[in-house]
Amino acid sequence: MALITEIDFGTPAQKSEKMVTLTIDGVEVSAPEGTSIMRAAMEMGTEIPKLCATDSIEAFGSCRLCLVEIEGRNGTPASCTTPVAPGISVKTQTPRLKALRKGVMELYISDHPLDCLTCSANGDCELQTQAGAVGLRDVRYGYEGANHFDNVKDLSNPYFAYDPAKCIVCNRCVRACEEVQGTFALTIDGRGFGSRVAAGQDEPFLESECVSCGACVQACPTATLMEKSVIEIGLPEHSAVTTCAYCGVGCTFKAEMRGEELVRMVPHKDGKANHGHSCVKGRFAYGYATHRDRILKPMIRASIEDPWREVSWEEAINYAASQFRRIQAEHGKHAIGGITSSRCTNEETYLVQKLIRAGFGNNNVDTCARVCHSPTGYGLKTAFGTSAGTQDFDSVEETDVMLVIGANPTDGHPVFGSRMKKRLRAGAKLIVIDPRRIDLVETPHVKADFHLPLQPGCNVSVVTSLAHVIVTEGLVNEAFVRERCDWSEFQDWAAFVSEPRHSPEEVEKISGVRADLIRSAARLYATGGNAAIFYGLGVTEHSQGSTTVLAIANLAMATGNLGRPGVGVNPLRGQNNVQGACDMGSFPHEFAGYRHVSDTAARDVYESLWGVALEHEPGLRIPNMLDAAVEGTFRGIYIQGEDILQSDPDTHHVASGLKAMECVVVQDLFLNETANYAHVFLPGSSFLEKDGTFTNAERRIQRVRKVMSPKNGYGDWEITMLLSNAMGFKMSYKHPSEIMDEIALTTPSFAGVSYAKLDEMGSVQWPCNAAAPDGTPVMHIGGFAGGKGKFVITEYVATDERTGPRFPLLLTTGRILSHYNVGAQTRRTANVAWHPEDLLEIHPHDAELRGVKGGDWVKVQSRAGDTTLRALITDRVAPGVVYTTFHHPMTQANVVTTEFSDWATNCPEFKVTAVQVSPSNGPSEWQESYRQQAEQSRRILQEADAAE
Amino acid sequence: MGGTMSGASNWNAERAAQIINEHLGLEGPMLPILHALQDEFGYVSADAVPMIAKALNLSRAEVHGVTSFYHDFRHEPAGRHVLKLCRGESCQSMGSEELARKFLAGRGLEWGGTTADGDLTVEAIYCLGLCACSPAAMLDDELIGRLDAETLAEAVDTVSI
Repeated sequence: MALITEIDFGTPAQKSEKMVTLTIDGVEVSAPEGTSIMRAAMEMGTEIPKLCATDSIEAFGSCRLCLVEIEGRNGTPASCTTPVAPGISVKTQTPRLKALRKGVMELYISDHPLDCLTCSANGDCELQTQAGAVGLRDVRYGYEGANHFDNVKDLSNPYFAYDPAKCIVCNRCVRACEEVQGTFALTIDGRGFGSRVAAGQDEPFLESECVSCGACVQACPTATLMEKSVIEIGLPEHSAVTTCAYCGVGCTFKAEMRGEELVRMVPHKDGKANHGHSCVKGRFAYGYATHRDRILKPMIRASIEDPWREVSWEEAINYAASQFRRIQAEHGKHAIGGITSSRCTNEETYLVQKLIRAGFGNNNVDTCARVCHSPTGYGLKTAFGTSAGTQDFDSVEETDVMLVIGANPTDGHPVFGSRMKKRLRAGAKLIVIDPRRIDLVETPHVKADFHLPLQPGCNVSVVTSLAHVIVTEGLVNEAFVRERCDWSEFQDWAAFVSEPRHSPEEVEKISGVRADLIRSAARLYATGGNAAIFYGLGVTEHSQGSTTVLAIANLAMATGNLGRPGVGVNPLRGQNNVQGACDMGSFPHEFAGYRHVSDTAARDVYESLWGVALEHEPGLRIPNMLDAAVEGTFRGIYIQGEDILQSDPDTHHVASGLKAMECVVVQDLFLNETANYAHVFLPGSSFLEKDGTFTNAERRIQRVRKVMSPKNGYGDWEITMLLSNAMGFKMSYKHPSEIMDEIALTTPSFAGVSYAKLDEMGSVQWPCNAAAPDGTPVMHIGGFAGGKGKFVITEYVATDERTGPRFPLLLTTGRILSHYNVGAQTRRTANVAWHPEDLLEIHPHDAELRGVKGGDWVKVQSRAGDTTLRALITDRVAPGVVYTTFHHPMTQANVVTTEFSDWATNCPEFKVTAVQVSPSNGPSEWQESYRQQAEQSRRILQEADAAE
Repeated sequence: MGGTMSGASNWNAERAAQIINEHLGLEGPMLPILHALQDEFGYVSADAVPMIAKALNLSRAEVHGVTSFYHDFRHEPAGRHVLKLCRGESCQSMGSEELARKFLAGRGLEWGGTTADGDLTVEAIYCLGLCACSPAAMLDDELIGRLDAETLAEAVDTVSI
């Protein structure tokens, strides 16, 4: 396994179908119109010297190394900025070019420290390589002239260093920040000899607008911008292509290794989801995998009051298995269940649900998608017949109008956020429906055409009102609806949305959104060309989450925005494998591939393969398990890689449910908050330590590759096998590929998936079967998977969670770029430099009313509970709305959230809680007692104690 | 361009916001805004950069890149008067370097420096288009030519009263 090196073609690929034929160095070549001579040459294997060109950004033409001669033309044009032309004859090497290039290189080197042997880029430096390529032997100017050697390094960013002494001012970093990331955080300060790369207003990187995505480091040809890990460890010697374990974008990375040590994660250009881009989490925040907090030995305890006792794997597994069997013997087979993880691989998730359905003998399996995208599963399945987004990410390149509802892509899905910004800078229109002014509403070179700042909880009314405008103003795509959808259902729906109570003027009264904004947004969506909807948890985590998903599907069907590139309904899935976890049968009512447990044909497949009888009634959902635990009928749970205490609503209720159980088995990297209530702790493995697959938000199945041996001893799939075998249900997979083979064998939409295919194609989007052997980038082309598209009437029902005199403000929650979910990983990395604590965003008007100043401790109280955190005063939120993130356990934002949930799927209503905010002196009583309890619960007996 | 320094007012964010607003209708408003700010305050304050960035939907870095590219934009308040001594080829051939060296030494200044009493800032400029009258200079907004040590000192001392 050598170091994977990718060819740099110098300039981006062109999409033109018109081919141009020319001659380069006597060889006839053809390239798409618009291709640079540099790229055309590289395509045939001829590398023209270059420094300022790299194929992730547009040609710039500043370094003057890539000059060529073209027969019949004057001068020596730069091959990066000169496009191919029919019939031209190009020479890439002539005595004249050699002299020119050498002269240019002499100038560069005359102001470059000649410390190659001790330089961190030694062996991976384009300046070094090009000096060799142009045959530099001496520098006529000497090294005594003016130079930049004494420029001071900027080490403020925790992950990379900026050493201006080594900078050749090629501008690649500045252009990558602009073109690839779209942040525009870098510039060239000054001019001429004084030109230097600067962040923000020539300030430390950490204090600037820089979001630490790493695009500049990636683009830098020298050691000027360099990963600190490379400076510390040295260059990697081998690498493997794998998939990021953070969000649902599913970026492909090369894990670059030195032995078993991870040197750096470098985004892979062939990655179909990220095309060589990354964000601060995937690129840099992997340190949690080796953090000292990670637990590497199994532990057990009889009671949660006891300290933990480290035991052998055998003892821990046998203890858990015997407890589960004892509970089932005493309280019936339904008294236990389990939760699969959206952080784990498809194979691992599949095994957990298999253990529960076949080993436990019940369907008490659920997954964290319960608390995020379960309404997506329900809504899209109902409307289109498939529980998944309709497009691939590349589809956005053909989008003319983006409608973003309840999602914050630049923070939550940053790499796709950058793709969206790129398309928006190229002229696509943007509508944002969000109570908060997310970055996309106004960020350099991007401005929403319409921002509809609705009151939290009004999604259904606003989306239905958009439909009202579309129907009553005659903007329906009738041909599409007649051909693809159920016409009579459409007519009922059209009559419903046309009712005057759904007019923007009426809805303004409920939602607080100006009627003219709703009208203009609806017209733009319906008439602006290819319109695509992107949505996130701001849609689903409501008491009417499923209704909003249906309303969104209605909009797309009514305007014909489905079934081709550039359009569609795109749920931005939260976790790396939440799509996969849902696909793999993690819900109590569904087998893998979304087949109901009452479906006899599907059950037969598994019963005959697994050799056991399976239940045909759905099992318990997470909230039902907790309710049953409090009632005493549910007493044991196996939780793989999820921290329900922190991520699920109404923390008090979760805590009492867990407390009531007799055997809580937690399998995780860390002693998470849920583990405070656990009796068995099984240390999990990181994504670097196992083979498997993740499925991203665009249904793309991608390989996760093992680059180091599990520090805890076993991959998570092996741990589930151990537990299953100890419980008497035999599993004997030797490699995760065998689990995938079983999935393919039993699941129609995965029938064509295998590790061999993934290795060959890089990735594949399900459905992948005989009908679509190479997968399905865009769904519902020509017709819906479920037959006719289904219009469902979306009656707005206000949530029971309302503001009143006691709780006059609406709290809504979200996340921030530098952190991920409950922060278990990112809090254990240097990402805390950007976001050390959760803050409460509050409008200046509401803050003044309460005498709250920026940075003050405030108490946030709902009828469920209270917590304290610091205030950030900002007009990003509207008056009457407050906002916070939930990345830090001591904030315990979910102590405040209520037990209300989506009517169809029980997805909790995280996004609306009526609260009061008041000044406070410090942590609340619950926070204090919780902190003490957590400290107490995390005690691990030292070996000396254990021997006693 | 440059402005009469004696009229410069102290930095005032509200006034700056007003100036920025007045220019938003122009095509390519950044340079006119920067000139107007410098005319008003004698320099482009670092505090103005985020305001311009926000108004034009740019990043702070982009605005900083522009202000630092053009030497004419000052980043610190200047003296009450600004002398721009030409260092173009024509003026050099007529002894401007010697003239400048002596003048700066006499006032204890470096290029770009301001006298301790805040009265005078001396900057270099590369051709005022007044080559026929080399060596030339611009004092506040007024062009002066055919300078020697005496006439230069006299001109400066006249405005400094």
